[in-house]
Amino acid sequence: MTAEAIAALRPHAEAEHAAELAALAAGDTRPRPPGWRLSPWAVTTYVLGGTAAGGTVITPKYVGSRRLVEVAVATLATDRALLLLGVPGTAKTWLSEHLAAAISGDSTLLVQGTAGTAEEAVRYGWNYARLIAEGPSRDALVPGPVMRAMASGQIARVEELTRMPSDVQDALITILSEKTLPIPELGSELQAVRGFNLIATANDRDRGVNELSSALRRRFNTVVLPVPASADEEVDIVTRRVAQLGRSIGLPEMPDGAGEIRRVVTVFRELREGVTEDGRARVKSPSGTLSAAEAISVVTSGLALAAHFGDGVLRAADVAGGITGAVVQDPVSDQVVWQEYLEAVVREREGWGDFYHACREAAG
Amino acid sequence: MTVFGVRHHGPGSARSLRAALTALGPDMVLIEGPPEADGLVALAADPAMEPPAALLGYVPGQPGRAAFWPFAGFSPEWQAIRYALAAGIPARFCDLPASHQLAMRDGTAATTRSREDPVARLAAAAGYDDAERWWEDVVEHVPGPAVFGAVAEAIEILRDQDPGAEQDAVREAYMRRVIRAARREGFGRIAVVCGAWHVPALRQGPPAAADDRLLRGLPKVKVAFTWVPWTYGRLASASGYGAGVRSPGWYHHLFEVPGQPVERWLARAAAVLRGEGIAASPAHVIEAVRLASALAALRGRPLAGLDEVTEAAQAVLCEGSDLLTGLIQRKLVVGERLGAVPPATPMVPLQRDLRDQQRALKLRPEAVPRDYDLDLRKPNDLARSRLLHRLALLGVDWGTPGAGRVRSTGTFRESWQLAWRPELDLALIEGCVWGNTTETAAAARVLSLAAGAPLDRLTALTEGCLLADLSGALPGLLAALRERAALDTDVTHLMAALPALVRAARYGDVRSTDPARLGEVAAGLITRICTGLPLAVASLDQDAERDVRSRIDAVHSAVGLLADEASRSAWLDTLGRLAGRCPPLISGRLTRLLLDAGRITPGEAALRMTREMSAGAAVAAAAGWAEGFLAGSGLLLVHDDALLGLADGWLAALSADDFRAVLPALRRTFGAFAAPERRAIGEKAARLDGSGRVPPPAAAAADLDEARAVPAIGAVARILGIPMVRGSAYGSGTETVARS
Repeated sequence: MTAEAIAALRPHAEAEHAAELAALAAGDTRPRPPGWRLSPWAVTTYVLGGTAAGGTVITPKYVGSRRLVEVAVATLATDRALLLLGVPGTAKTWLSEHLAAAISGDSTLLVQGTAGTAEEAVRYGWNYARLIAEGPSRDALVPGPVMRAMASGQIARVEELTRMPSDVQDALITILSEKTLPIPELGSELQAVRGFNLIATANDRDRGVNELSSALRRRFNTVVLPVPASADEEVDIVTRRVAQLGRSIGLPEMPDGAGEIRRVVTVFRELREGVTEDGRARVKSPSGTLSAAEAISVVTSGLALAAHFGDGVLRAADVAGGITGAVVQDPVSDQVVWQEYLEAVVREREGWGDFYHACREAAG
Repeated sequence: MTVFGVRHHGPGSARSLRAALTALGPDMVLIEGPPEADGLVALAADPAMEPPAALLGYVPGQPGRAAFWPFAGFSPEWQAIRYALAAGIPARFCDLPASHQLAMRDGTAATTRSREDPVARLAAAAGYDDAERWWEDVVEHVPGPAVFGAVAEAIEILRDQDPGAEQDAVREAYMRRVIRAARREGFGRIAVVCGAWHVPALRQGPPAAADDRLLRGLPKVKVAFTWVPWTYGRLASASGYGAGVRSPGWYHHLFEVPGQPVERWLARAAAVLRGEGIAASPAHVIEAVRLASALAALRGRPLAGLDEVTEAAQAVLCEGSDLLTGLIQRKLVVGERLGAVPPATPMVPLQRDLRDQQRALKLRPEAVPRDYDLDLRKPNDLARSRLLHRLALLGVDWGTPGAGRVRSTGTFRESWQLAWRPELDLALIEGCVWGNTTETAAAARVLSLAAGAPLDRLTALTEGCLLADLSGALPGLLAALRERAALDTDVTHLMAALPALVRAARYGDVRSTDPARLGEVAAGLITRICTGLPLAVASLDQDAERDVRSRIDAVHSAVGLLADEASRSAWLDTLGRLAGRCPPLISGRLTRLLLDAGRITPGEAALRMTREMSAGAAVAAAAGWAEGFLAGSGLLLVHDDALLGLADGWLAALSADDFRAVLPALRRTFGAFAAPERRAIGEKAARLDGSGRVPPPAAAAADLDEARAVPAIGAVARILGIPMVRGSAYGSGTETVARS
């Protein structure tokens, strides 16, 4: 398992942080809700970082409000399903994965919501060869991730809940309210084992989504994840994630790129909020979301450029291409926004000359 | 002597204090507060007294110098007062007298106790970032008198590090002096209730002589005191009250409910949401309660506090919405409660008068804004309107006039939004200098405002005066108006002032006031305008031209409204004289006004139009004239074929460049017509050949059956109250009706 996990491009949270989870579990003396691997306190510590009883340092997984994480953990502890809402890139999936890993030691019971998600993914499908050979039986049934989570008392995850067709969404209602999954074909049902719960994520900016029915909505407690509150917080998030990603794609260790990271974060924040950091000038906002997740990808690709083609130091030219691509989503209107921002804000700014020229060059 | 250190608004303190007082059985209670208000303490026991209420101390005659001492039902000080009154023992205030405090301040109105909250420092020391939460955990949830000792000890250590401000030293010296005096009077078991910060200084202080030295020679002013109703909104620190609390509504709830505060709170939150039409079922409440309890357990708190219930409400009841959470914050956490004071409270006569009127007119002062639609034909509504207008003239902005829910342009309707704020009491006390009733005070204030006001403000005041039915102030106001009009050399000021005045005369009918006097003044004003107008219209630039044109329109309709034949003919004479010698835009306008008024015949108008729009006139001037002439209504072109023909001929003769040059002016003119008018003009214009000649009448128009039209026209004429010329032709018949 460990060898496999190291080889994997992106190991699951429970594999990557197995040592931390083990240390927390060993020192956890507080009561655990039925079916939980850790107590709610330990789960909170795992997510937000801290120190386990044995002295093991727990890295923070989610940088942000402690209160939000506490509300999320308390929700799951009270047997209510959790709905994480937020604009893209606010670490909804990230948080749900780590919560599932900490609570049930398994973050893989995942349903990805898309326009084509069928009811089988939420409930169960059939092994048709067997169904035809033996007729309907428990053995011919192929359980979906949610059904498996019910059977084993674990956390199931539903990504992008609002992208699923409404009828598929509503299949969750019985599961969440009765905690049973009826199997009418066999005349039986599957009752959820204690410890089962569900974390769903949804994007509240997307257009063309399938709004949740109020019957389903009221089975969830809702936590809205905000964009990072301060520039420092956002720089912290980007730096941390970039370092993790760099390790997993085998980039050589880099000297400090903090200056460039701060610059990327500043640009993203200013464009997102429509006002410069000193509050002196208004800027137009482009159509993209410019989340922390996009800043991370800009910096990571910049690092890769610097490592493989540059001199091994993250420079303005390495991020310029990425940042232009991230900002200019709509080739016409965003191009104008970006040019205006470069000329009006970046050009005037002390010490940003290299960045300005690099971006001008990248823009062509 | 026992000193109880409290937090100024803490329900847990209040509850513990009540228990402690009952156990102690003191023979006197001393409370931190202004001693001048000792005589008002007894009112707290009045059944009509409803907290939150505040002691208001003000320097008579200097309205800016005032201070409030607010009390909520859950304030420990309030509970101490109530305990003392119920037990029949004396309760006195022991803080530094307001006469000194106000004299030491630099004259700005402010609330007291604006020092940094010592509790915040204790909370920080305990590792809490939030003082209220720390206080809630260690005090509110741990009932019993033991807490007073613990808090006092903690404060003692704090004060060792930072002895506090000089102002505090003076106040504490005075408190000690009051305690000594009480001892000399023979009281043995004295309970002192004060801010926790002062406890160590009151337990042991310097000798009396040192205090006397400190208190010698303090500045002093005369201060008067009264109770005023207070609101929870103002109690919240959000309004800048130093020792305020962020969540008076929550504290009120904690203090009032017998048990299960979390369940009851969330049920109330659900009720608030339901009131806004949001589905919040009991199932939601159950889940919210569970989440709040789980959160409290997760955070190791003894009981779910405000943070937990708020977060639970947001996650479950509000489905994550900030907007709805904000609603709960406003309605429940802060609350919109407004207190009440008993009738026996010392009030300035103006306050008393207002209270009597409020009762008589059934207008309750409420903190929550509320809309009223008044029908001025009903006596009660008329009286309400008068009262509100009087208050507005006095600067007591209880009501704001607004667009009502009932859309109506009628003069007998008025919409107001009423919201009572504690500062309004202060405004009433300020207003006292003007008189003892709202009527006399408003009249006096109007006259004093009129003394230096410009002309248009004067007429606005006159209008306000009529709305408020202040006939007493009217003669003085009109005298000032006449005088100002005589001295004002700028005729545009006079023109700006006239409409309000004439409107006021018209309101007189609805409001049963005598408009005759107003009419006289208005007529005088018109005479002056007629004299000054010729000078005013000479040499104007384009913007000024447009401005004067709209003023002339306003005056013209005001003259029509006034229904004074002499002024009307004087005005029309002036217009007639002016029409030939003023800028084209105005000239066109005047021609139109004269035509509508029947001063010139349609033939004469057509002649003028031909002249002004002939080939010799500049194109821009001709377009300006047309704009002035046609502005407002295109019906003229629909009915007068001659004029339409002229306009058409002029247009057709324009060169391409000239046409482009005058297009904006034409667009302004025709764009303002109503759509059916434009259509009718277009239909008629389609039959023209651009030669400027009158087209042959269309066959359809000649097809009218006059005999059948006459009864209808007669009926319309009767409705409009104008005589119909017997046997008149169809054309003149419509003209009679159209002109009126």
